Parts: sequence; structure tokens; C-alpha cells
Amino acid sequence: MDIHILANLAYIVSAALFIFGLKQLGSPATARRGNLLSSLAMLIAVVAGLTAEGIVDFKLIGLGMLIGTIIGALAARLVSMTSMPEMVALFNGSGGAASLLVGWAALYGADISVFAAFTIILAILIGGITFTGSLVAYGKLSEIVGSGAFVFSGQRIVNSLILIGLVYSGYMLAMDPNPESVWFWVVLGLSLLLGIMAVIPIGGADMPVVISLLNSYSGIAACAAGFAINNNILIVAGALVGASGIILTNIMCKAMNRSLANVLFSGFGAVKQAKAVEGEVKPISPQDAYYILEAASNVCFVPGYGMAVAQAQHVVKELGELLEKNGAEVSYAIHPVAGRMPGHMNVLLAEADVPYEQLVEMDEINPRIENVDVAIVIGANDVVNPSAREDEGSPIYGMPIINVDQARTVFVLKRSMASGFSGVDNPLFFGENTRMLFGDAKESISAVITEF
Amino acid sequence: MEIVFLTFILVLSIFLGFELISKVPATLHTPLMSGANAISGITLAGAFLSAGLVDDGLAKYLGTAAVAFATINVVGGYLVTDRMLAMFKSKKGSA
Repeated sequence: MDIHILANLAYIVSAALFIFGLKQLGSPATARRGNLLSSLAMLIAVVAGLTAEGIVDFKLIGLGMLIGTIIGALAARLVSMTSMPEMVALFNGSGGAASLLVGWAALYGADISVFAAFTIILAILIGGITFTGSLVAYGKLSEIVGSGAFVFSGQRIVNSLILIGLVYSGYMLAMDPNPESVWFWVVLGLSLLLGIMAVIPIGGADMPVVISLLNSYSGIAACAAGFAINNNILIVAGALVGASGIILTNIMCKAMNRSLANVLFSGFGAVKQAKAVEGEVKPISPQDAYYILEAASNVCFVPGYGMAVAQAQHVVKELGELLEKNGAEVSYAIHPVAGRMPGHMNVLLAEADVPYEQLVEMDEINPRIENVDVAIVIGANDVVNPSAREDEGSPIYGMPIINVDQARTVFVLKRSMASGFSGVDNPLFFGENTRMLFGDAKESISAVITEF
Repeated sequence: MEIVFLTFILVLSIFLGFELISKVPATLHTPLMSGANAISGITLAGAFLSAGLVDDGLAKYLGTAAVAFATINVVGGYLVTDRMLAMFKSKKGSA
């Protein structure tokens, strides 16, 4: 009894530290300390968890932790910053798997009440969806499977059938909670299947939404597991993660001017027909780009996923430094959905040593975009497409964009004239003040740098 | 009563979560996500219960697998978040 109270007191301390840790994540200056506090909270919770009644055998616990530590530490050390989205997707999946397994193991307990059975089933269900959904998301991000939306006719009917099957088999299992029951296997199988079905119709540019959502699910799954085994720290921590994922999901959806339902259930913009864009593109050579940049006093970089692909963040920073030495004011404007996950571009630029004061958000740069002499668009497309503002027929109409077309000059670094992930033409490329710098982003910028 | 009590905790935590997270700037959204990954490894505390059971049933091995998965989250999540946050530097050069 005493040890039980002690463990619960430790959980309170741990919850408080988690909260302080998240609070310090509110500013880049304190964020690292916040993460440390959060890990201290985890340590306290884990130690307290080890004192729980009924734990007599530490061999397997030790084995599990050893395996997890080796995999986790290696992954954290070896992953490149460009592949962070894949990494987070895998972590989401592993969180889901853990909750699924905890729920499954809880089914072996004695005297399970109907409510407990219900929460166990929720843990299995949400954990299962998170697990396979994240694996599919990982496959798409790393392009092991096609990154486009996969839609087939009757998809909604199939999904509805899966849902109905889940409700029914879940009900049957809750009435007779027993891991030997055939209904258990039906619930498990359908949950795993639903995770796959939920993510395959979502295409490349919508991945930030999916990752955020799966992040939230992994927290909710932990919450459900907490209910299943009556553990309050699981509920608190799971709820914090769940809330975080939902907020990010919401931000991503707003940044694309789409509802969550629209992202989840329809492949991108197959319906509307946008105006075809016609005009003449004006290519520019690195030399000429240099002359313009040399005279510029306010330069703004607008990075997109293409910068990550070309690994151009370091040369971008180098060019930014040269421009600063030349007396120009340099900033980096980042659209909320640039890249493949929330904050992806910020991390890449931070990796290249860009001070975080220079990373500005869309809402901050847009009011003063007219004072920008040169906006340099690197591997971004849809997030700077003026059709979102002007062409009501465009599938991306209404999406907030960075208004680079209103800057005095725009350089667009691009491999070819292909359209972005949404497949929408971009009138920016034909703009009066736009110059196209064709070729690999990294090489193009290096070429400009050698001119300095 | 236990159910009401746990639900009470859940509801308050959700509100607190929304308050806290909405103050995190966009710059830190990726570390926020990987940090959240680490926190969701809290399932570890629950996984111990099954992995440390006396009997030698399947539950024990499920629990062990759960411990391994959750530890990946905890260790990997915190390390990679720290690695990222260490890169965010201010202009003055101090982190």
C-alpha cells in the first residue's frame, strides 16, 4: 500500500515536470532545457512504474529495455535532418504498437469489467491504426511505396464496412473479454487494416497533416492504455501528446485552407479545373542573379521541400551570410506546410546554423513583402502560387500563401517546369518580375556564391 | 468512482495540453513532435506490469515487446529532440 502511494506521488512530480518541460518548449532559447526536464519526468515515471505491485521478474523488462535503447539510440544518432519526417513517422508507429501490446496483454488479466474491456479495445484499436498507418506514412515519405494518393472506387464502402465490422466485433469482445476469443483477432486484424486504408488515399503534399494526426493518435492510444490499466500518468502524458498532435493537425489544415475531412477522404484536387497558365518564362544566369543580389538590400529566402531534396540548406546559409556581409537584410520565410512535416524547414536551416531570429513565419513576412528586393524561392511551389489568391477555379484557391510575387524581384530555383505536388500550374513562373534559375538548387546557389 | 476520477484527470490534461502547446512557435514544431513521441513512450510504465508477471504466459512476452517499443520511443525521442534543439542557435551565438 505504502509503495503504491509513493509511486502515485512520484507520478504527480513527473506530470508537473512534463508540463514545465512543454512550457519551456515555448521558446528556442529554453527549449533544450525543457526537453531535459521532460526526460527527467520520464525517468521518474519509469522508476515509479517499476515499483508497481505484481512485478516480480525483471529479466524480460531488462531485455526489452536493452533492445529498445539500442534501437532508439542508434536511430536518433544516425538519422539525417532531412529524414526527420520518416523518423517521426516510425516513432509514431512504435508508440502505437506499444499501446496495442499493452492492451492485448491486459486482456489476460482476471475479472475485466465491461468498462475496462471497452478501454482495452480502444487501446488495441487506436494503437493498431497508429501502427500500420505510420508504417504506410513511412513508406510514402521514404518513397518505398508511391507517394501519391491511392484511391480506388468503392473505397468509402470498404472503409465503412471495416468500421461496422470493428464496432460489432468490438462489442462482442467487450461482452466476453478473452484473448482466446475469435472476436479479439477480428478486432486486431480490422484495426491494422483500417490504419492502412486510412493513409493510402493521402498524397505527398498532405503528409504533414497525416504525421501530425498519427502523432496525436499515438498519444490517445497511450491514454486508452492508461484507462485499461488504471494508470493516471499514462492518461496525463497521453492527453498532452494527443492535444499537441491535434493542434498541429489543425494548423496544417488551416495552412492549406482545407478541412481535416477533406484531407483524409479525398485525393488532392481531382475535381476542379484550374485556368491554364500561359506566358513566357525568363531564365536567368547565375552571373545576372549575382548582379541583382549584389544591389539588393533586403533578401528573403523561401524554402520548400525541394531544398531538403537537394540538401541545399548549407549553401543557402552561405549565400545568406555573403549577402549580410554585403549589407543586405536577410530573412527566411517559412510556410507552415513547407516540407513534409510541421517545422521541417526550420530544423534544416537550424542545422545549417541559421540563427532562429532570421526564421520568420508567413504572417510576419507578408505585410512587408513589398519591401523585399529579392525573394529567392528554393524548391517551393504550391506555397507561393498566386493562383491560391486569384484563381477561384484552382484546387488550391483560398490557401494562404507567401506573396513572393509582390516582392520587387523573385528568383525561382527549379529543376524543370514541372508543377508541384498538387499538379497545379504556377503563374508565378510567368510573372513580370520573376526570373527562373534552372538546375539543381545546390549547384545554382553554389554558382551564385562563386560570383561573390 | 475510479472511472470518474480518471476521466476528470483526462479532461483537465487535455485543456492543459491545448494551452501549453498552442504557445509553441512554428519554428519548434518538429522538435515538439519528436518530443511528443518521446512522451508517448510513457506506455512503458504500463508495459512493465505485463512484462514482470510471474506466470509464463503469452502476456509476459507481449509486455516485453511493449517495453521494447516504448523504450525506442523514449530513448530515441529524447535523444533526437535534443540533437535538433542543440542546433537552434541565437544570433548572439548562445544557444
